[in-house]
Amino acid sequence: MGNDLKSDTNTNRRQFLATSATAACGVVALFGLSGCTPDDGGAVLLRPPGAKGDFLGACIRCGQCVRACPHKTLKLVGLLQRGGTGSPHYEPRQIPCEMCADLPCIKACPTGALDPELTDVNKIKMGVAVLVDQENCLNYLGLRCGVCYRACPSIDKALTLDARHNSRSGKHTLFLPKVHSSHCTGCGKCEKSCVLPIAAIKVLPRSLAKGKLGEHYRLGWEEKAKKGKSLIPEALDLPDRMPEFTLPSLDEVKP
Amino acid sequence: MKYLLLRRLSQLTILTVFLLGPLAGVWIVQGSMAGSMTLDVLPLTDPLVFLQTVLTGHSPAATALAGGIIVLGFYLLVGGRVFCSWVCPINMINDGAGWIRQRTSIGDGSLGTTLRYWLLGFVSILAFTTGVTGWEDSNPVNIVSRSLVFLQWQVIWVILSLFIFGLLLKGGWCRICPTGALYSLLGYLSPLKVRSSNRETCDHCNACYQVCPEPQVLVTPLKNSAGSSPVILSGQCTNCGRCIDVCHKNIFKFGSRF
Ligand code: SF4
Ligand code: SF4
Ligand code: SF4
Ligand code: SF4
Ligand code: SF4
Repeated sequence: MGNDLKSDTNTNRRQFLATSATAACGVVALFGLSGCTPDDGGAVLLRPPGAKGDFLGACIRCGQCVRACPHKTLKLVGLLQRGGTGSPHYEPRQIPCEMCADLPCIKACPTGALDPELTDVNKIKMGVAVLVDQENCLNYLGLRCGVCYRACPSIDKALTLDARHNSRSGKHTLFLPKVHSSHCTGCGKCEKSCVLPIAAIKVLPRSLAKGKLGEHYRLGWEEKAKKGKSLIPEALDLPDRMPEFTLPSLDEVKP
Repeated sequence: MKYLLLRRLSQLTILTVFLLGPLAGVWIVQGSMAGSMTLDVLPLTDPLVFLQTVLTGHSPAATALAGGIIVLGFYLLVGGRVFCSWVCPINMINDGAGWIRQRTSIGDGSLGTTLRYWLLGFVSILAFTTGVTGWEDSNPVNIVSRSLVFLQWQVIWVILSLFIFGLLLKGGWCRICPTGALYSLLGYLSPLKVRSSNRETCDHCNACYQVCPEPQVLVTPLKNSAGSSPVILSGQCTNCGRCIDVCHKNIFKFGSRF
C-alpha cells in the first residue's frame, strides 16, 4: 500500500493525463452509454400530471411526487427499465390517476418538472385514450358493454358512444366508444375498467397517439358554423341531366 | 476509531430517517437524496443533478433552487466531500470492499485521481447536448440511495457491482465519482480542514497513507518542507478523520484552513 503514494506522485504528468483520458472513455462506455439516450429510448411511459416535453431534463428523479400520490398511482421507473430509471410514471391498467382536485403530485414537485401553473384537473394532458383493439372491443362486436364510457370522469365529453348501423346483423345499432382528445386527460379510468382480460382501450402518450391535420385544412361545417352561413352561394344550380341527353349512341359518334 | 464510528453513525442515521417513512410510516423526510423535503420546511437538492437539470436548459422552481443553495452552502462550510464520507451510502460499500482489497491481493489497479473531473465534464456535456439528465440513468450515488429508500430490490445488483469495482480498483467508485468531484470543488474553498499540526514528530509509519481514501492529499502537508502548509488543502480530502484516528503520534486534528 506504500506504493499508493509512489504511483500517485511519481507518475509522469502527461502520461497520467493520457491514461486518465483513456480510462475516462472506458468508464463512459461502461456506465454512460445507457444515459446517452436523448429521448426516453422509445419507451412508452405515461408521466404524471403537468409533465411537459422536457420532462427528463427537468425532473431530478427525487420521487417526491410518487410519495405524495395518495392513490399510489405514480411509481418510479425500475432499475433495469428503459425511460429514465427513477423517474415517475404510471400504468393505468394497474392504478389509474384519480385526478385529485388539489393535485398533490404537482404540489410536491420541487423542480417545476410538473408544471405548477396547472391547477385545473380538467386541463391535465397526461396522455390520451385510444380504442386500439377494435376487433375485440365488445361494443364493436355489437354488444352493449360501454363500461369504459361509464367509467370516464368526463363522460360524454372525453368519451362518447357513437351510434352506427350494424351492417353485419342489418338491423341493430353499434355504440362505438370514441375518445375526444381535447377533453381526455389520460387518467386511464377507461383502460382500468375495460372488461376484457387485456384492455381494448388504452392510454397512450399524446405524441404517439395524435395525428395532425394539414395546416391548410378547413372543416367546411365548422367554418360555416363560425360564419353563420355557407361560405359559397348556398345552392349552386347545376343544369340537370335529362335521361334523353345521356350518352350518345355509338352510331352517332362514329365518323 | 472515533471518527469511523461517528461516520457510520451519521451515514446509518440519515439512511434510517429516509427509511422511516416507507418502513414505519413516520414521514420525517419525503423523497430521496436526489431531492428531499424534511418536515415540510427544509428542501435539499443533490448538486450534481441540479447542475445537470440547469444545463439541460430547465430553470428549476424555487424549492429545488433553495435546496441546491442550502446543500452547496452547507458543504462549503464543513468541507465539500464531507458528503462522501459522512452521508453517501456508497461510502460504506466502498470502504467494505477496500478493507478486503487491502488484506488480500485481489486488485491493485488505480484509475488515478483526475478521472473524476473528466467524468464530471462528460456528465455536464451530456446534459447540455441532449437536454436530458442522462447521467442519472447510471449515477450509482442517486440510484443506490433512491432505490434503498424506495425499496427497489434490484439495487443489490448495483451494490454488488460497486463492491466488485472496489475490490479490483484502489479507491473504488469514489475515485472517479463525478458527484464527489463536484463536492471536491467546494472542498477547495471550505474552511474546515484537517491539519497536521505537529508534523515534525511524524515517524513515517505510513498508517495514515494506508487508511486514507485519497492518500495523494497527504503528501504535501506531511512533507514538512519549508513553506508548505500543514493544512490538508486539497478538496479531494473527504474530512473523514481516519488519519486522525490512526495516527499514533496524534499529528492530525480538525481545524480551520487559516
Ligand atoms: S392527480 Fe392524484 S392520483 Fe393523479 S397522479 Fe396526482 S396525486 Fe396521483
Ligand atoms: S417530484 Fe418532480 S422532480 Fe421529483 S420525481 Fe416527481 S416529477 Fe421528478
Ligand atoms: S383516459 Fe379514458 S376515462 Fe380518462 S378522460 Fe380519457 S377517455 Fe375518459
Ligand atoms: S370497456 Fe372495453 S370492451 Fe367495453 S366498450 Fe369499452 S373498450 Fe370496449
Ligand atoms: S486526509 Fe485524512 S480526513 Fe482527509 S481523506 Fe485522508 S484520511 Fe480522510
